[in-house]
Amino acid sequence: MRHDVTLRVNGVVNRHTVESRQLLVHHLRETLGLTGTHVGCDTSNCGACTVLLDGVAVKSCTVFTVAADGGEVLTVEGLAQDGQLTPVQEGFRQCHGLQCGYCTPGMVVSATGLLLDRPDPSPEEIREGLEGNLCRCTGYQMIVESVRWAADHGGPGAVAEAHRSRTEAGTP
Amino acid sequence: MASMVGATVVRKEDPALLTGRGRYVDDIQLPGAVSMAFVRSHQAHARVTAIDTEAARQLPGVLGVWTAADLEGLPATRSIPGMERPCLASDTVRFVGEPVAVVAAQDRYLAADAAAAVVVDYEPLPVLATIEQAMAEGAAPIVPGQASNVVMDQPLTEGDAEAELAAAPHRTSLRIRNQRLAAVPIEPGGCVASWDSTGLTLYATVQAPHPVRNELAVMFGLPQHEVRVVAPDVGGGFGAKASFYPEFILTAELSRRLGRPVKFVETRSENLVSMTHGRAQLQDIDVGFDDEGRLLAMRVAIVQDCGAWPDATGAGLPTLTIFMSGGCYKVGTIAASFRSVTTNTTPVAAYRGAGRPEAAYLIERVVDVVADELGRDPVDVRRVNLIQPGEMPFATQWPGIVYDESDYPRLLDTLLEHLDYEALKREAEERRRDPQRPLLGIGFSTFVEMGGFGPSPLFEQFGYIGGWESSTVRMNPDGSVVVSVGTSPHGQGHETAFAQIASDALGGIPMERITVRHGDTQTIQEGIGTMGSRAIPVCGPAVQRSSDKVRQKLLQIAAHLLEASEDDIEQDGERFAVRGTPGAEVTVAEVALTAYKPHKLPEGMEIGLQVMDYYEPTNLSYPSGAHACVVEVDRATGQVSVLRYVAVDDCGTVINPLTARGQVEGGLAQGIAQALLEEVVYDGEGQPVTSSLIDYQVPGAPDVPGMETHHVEVRTSFNPLGAKGLGESGATAAPQAVVNAVVDALSHLGVRDLDMPLTPFRVWTAMRAAEEGRAAAASDGTGPPPEAMRPDPAAPPPPDGMPTPPADGDDTWKVTP
Ligand code: FES
Ligand code: FES
Repeated sequence: MRHDVTLRVNGVVNRHTVESRQLLVHHLRETLGLTGTHVGCDTSNCGACTVLLDGVAVKSCTVFTVAADGGEVLTVEGLAQDGQLTPVQEGFRQCHGLQCGYCTPGMVVSATGLLLDRPDPSPEEIREGLEGNLCRCTGYQMIVESVRWAADHGGPGAVAEAHRSRTEAGTP
Repeated sequence: MASMVGATVVRKEDPALLTGRGRYVDDIQLPGAVSMAFVRSHQAHARVTAIDTEAARQLPGVLGVWTAADLEGLPATRSIPGMERPCLASDTVRFVGEPVAVVAAQDRYLAADAAAAVVVDYEPLPVLATIEQAMAEGAAPIVPGQASNVVMDQPLTEGDAEAELAAAPHRTSLRIRNQRLAAVPIEPGGCVASWDSTGLTLYATVQAPHPVRNELAVMFGLPQHEVRVVAPDVGGGFGAKASFYPEFILTAELSRRLGRPVKFVETRSENLVSMTHGRAQLQDIDVGFDDEGRLLAMRVAIVQDCGAWPDATGAGLPTLTIFMSGGCYKVGTIAASFRSVTTNTTPVAAYRGAGRPEAAYLIERVVDVVADELGRDPVDVRRVNLIQPGEMPFATQWPGIVYDESDYPRLLDTLLEHLDYEALKREAEERRRDPQRPLLGIGFSTFVEMGGFGPSPLFEQFGYIGGWESSTVRMNPDGSVVVSVGTSPHGQGHETAFAQIASDALGGIPMERITVRHGDTQTIQEGIGTMGSRAIPVCGPAVQRSSDKVRQKLLQIAAHLLEASEDDIEQDGERFAVRGTPGAEVTVAEVALTAYKPHKLPEGMEIGLQVMDYYEPTNLSYPSGAHACVVEVDRATGQVSVLRYVAVDDCGTVINPLTARGQVEGGLAQGIAQALLEEVVYDGEGQPVTSSLIDYQVPGAPDVPGMETHHVEVRTSFNPLGAKGLGESGATAAPQAVVNAVVDALSHLGVRDLDMPLTPFRVWTAMRAAEEGRAAAASDGTGPPPEAMRPDPAAPPPPDGMPTPPADGDDTWKVTP
C-alpha cells in the first residue's frame, strides 16, 4: 500500500508517495538523499540513525515514514547554520569525540536532544543519555567530554532550539 | 618553527563527518544501481538437496536469482591452497550464514523479499560446532579434500621443554580459552560494483584497497589497470575489513552480467554471522619457575578455531601468538606448537591485535598464577622477569623477532606512581574482612605487542605483496600540498597525522595548506593498507622521506632564485631567506611556481615538485605498556565494576596526543568489553546465539569506565620517525588487567582462574563454588576443589534477573571445553 506523506525535513517541506513499510531512515537517505543519517543495525540498538522528530530524538530505523506524516524532522545535515558548526559538533571536534565517524551523526543528534532536555548534564547523565548510541571506536570518554564541552559553550545550538520550541508550540 | 609532530591538533577529517557529509559505501548512489541480497544458510552443516528460485524470480522488481550452479566457473576466494572458499555454497553448507544464493532487485526491500522467497532444502549433516567435536576421533573433515579438521599442525620448536620444566623448582599448568569475538564496526560490510567497458570499479568498506584490487584482477583475469578499488569513508574495521569477502566477487559478477551497478550492504544480523570473527583460541600452558617467580621454561600448545573455511590470515594467527608468548619477560625457553581446526562456524581472522592479544593474555595470566602459587606480589614477579632497557634491542628465541628499544621497568614504575598501589592493597584487605562491602581487586598487565607490519619477507606470508608503504608528495604551483598515502584509514585520522608529519618534513608548511588523499587504487600509487598498527611506523617514514625530497628541491630552487648557496638558505614556514642577508627572501609559493617554469630553473633540473617514495621497515616495531585495573565485585550478584583503569603506553614518538588518546581509549573499551561482556556463542547445533546486537554485547557508554592514559616515549631505532604504532595496544593490554583484577578480588576464596567474559553469572558461580568448596574443605579437611572456577550446574538458582544454569548437554552454556 502507498501513502502520500508530507514531512518538513531540515526546514524544507517534502511531499512523496511512500510504501507502508518504508522506514524513515530509508526515506531520508534514499528518497531525499540525506545520507548523513546512518544505519548500523536491524534491532534498534545502535542509534546511528538518530534524528530529531518533532523535537524528540528518535531512531529513524524504528519509525515508518507514514508514521511521521505531517511531522518535522531535523537531521545531522540540518544542525549547522551558514557553515558554522553547532557547539555540539564543535565539541566533538575539539575533544576528539569521533574517529571513523559512522556513529557520529546519531551521536551528535542524540547529544543535541540530551542538551535540549538537560542543559547541564553530569558525565554520568551524559553516559546514561547516550546509552542508546553505540560507538565502537572511541571508548566513549571523549564523547562524554565533547558533550560537556558543548554544554559549556552554548548548548544544543540555535537550529535545534528553534526546532524544539516550534514543535513544542505545535504539540497540544 | 614549532614541530607539528607531537602537537595536539584537531582533525582535518571532522567537519565533513560531523555535518553528515561523510561518504560511506551505502551513501554511494550510482545511476541504475540495483540491490543484491543473499540467501544464507540457516543450517550449520547440511547437504543442499534442492534450491527453488522460481517464486523469487516472479516477484516484482527482481532482476535475477543465482545459485552456485548458475555461476559455474566463478572464482573462489583465495586461501591456503586447497581450502579456497567458493562464493556460494553448492552441495554443502558449512556454517550458519554461508551464502547459498544471491538475488538482484530494484531496491533493498524487493531484494529482501526475493531472498526470502527462495526455498532451500537441506539434509542435515553432523554438526561440529566446537574444536573438540571437530578434532574427535572419526569426525569427518569439513573442508573437502582434507584428511581431517586439523588443517594446520605446526610445532614451532624442536623440543617440548619437558626437561627444563621438570628441572624447574616449581611448575604449574593453565588452560586458557580466549573466546570468540565479533569486530562489529558500526558500519557493517558492503560494496558497490560497477563493471563497464573500461573495467571493474568496486567501492568497498575495506582497510586495504590495493590488495583487494590485486585479488579481483587475478580472479577475473583482468589486468590490474582495469580494476579500480575505492575505499571511501570507512566506518571502522578493526581487522575484520582486511579480509576478502564473497560479495566483492558476486557484486562484480552480477554487475558484469546485468550491465548495471550492483550494491550490497549487509544487515547487522548478517554481519554478525558473515564478517570474520576473531580470537577463538584454546591454549594449554605449562610453566616452570623458581622461588622468585623467574620463568624458566614454558610450553604452549594452541588450538585455533578457524571456522568453516580457513581464512588466509586467520589460520596462521597462532604463529603471532607464539612469537609474543614470552611477553616483555626473559623466559628461559619456550616450546610451542599450534593446530588450526575447522568447525561449523563463521570463519575466524584478524580482530584488533590479531594473535597478539591472545599472547599478552596468556603470559600475563601465567605471571599472575605464578605469583599466586608462590604467594608473591604479582608486581614483584613481573619485576624479576622484565627485560631491562640495557638489554634492548632484545632478540627473543624466535628468529627475526627482536624487540626494539623501550624501558619496561620505567613503564611499570610510572604506572605505580599513578596508582597508589599500597593504599589499594590495604583497602582490598579491609574489604575482604567486611562482608557488607563489595570486594576490591587490582590487576596488572605489563605487555608488549607487535606493530609496524612488514617487513616484506614477513608480510608476504600473510598474502600481501610487500610490507612497505608508499607516499607521494606533490606541491602545487601555489605552494599548497597534496600527500597521497598507500595506507587506507577507517577512523585513525590519517589525514591529520600524515599532514603533521609532512608539515615538519617540508620545513613548516602550515597544516591547512596540506591535504592527504588515500583509498583509491586508480589515483593513489601502489600501497598495501592499514592493519597491524603499521600506518604511522611504516607509512609515516614514507611521508617523511617523500616530503624531505620535495623540500630539498625547494631549497635548491630558492637558492637559485636568491643567488645564494643552498647552505645559506633558511626556511621559516612559508618563506625562504638568505642567512645574514636581510631582505633576501622568497616565498614558498614563489619557489613552487618556479618549479613549474623550466626556463627559470637551474640548468638540468627537472620540472615539477612531486616525489613518490616507499619505505620498507627493517623490522616490526614493539609497542608496550604497563596497565592496571581496579575492580569492585558485588558479593551478592557477581557484578564487576571497573573503578579505575590506568594505562601507561610506550608507542615511541606520539604524533598527535589527541588522536593517540583516542586510539588507546577505543582499544581499551574493546579489551575491557572482551573481559566483561563480549562473546560469540554457538549452541550445540552450531546455531549462533549472538546474531544481533540484542545478544552480542557491544558496550554502551554506561558500560565503559573512565580511563587514565599516560605515555612514556622511548623512540624506536627501527624507523626514522621513532614511532611504534598504537592502534592495537589497548585491546591487547586490557583483558588481562581486568581479569587479573577480578581474580585478585576473589583470590582469598581460592579462585585461581576465570574464563572471559566475566559475566555476573560466571563470577557469581565461581564465588559460590569456591565458598562451598571451602565449607566442604573445612568439614572434611581437604583443600578447595581444583575446579573452583567451573560453574556448578547443581548450584542453587542465581539471584533474580540472572540467567538460570542450563540442564546438562546444552552447549550454549559451556564455559570450558
Ligand atoms: S540503525 Fe541501529 S538503531 Fe537505528
Ligand atoms: S566513531 Fe566509529 S563508531 Fe563511533
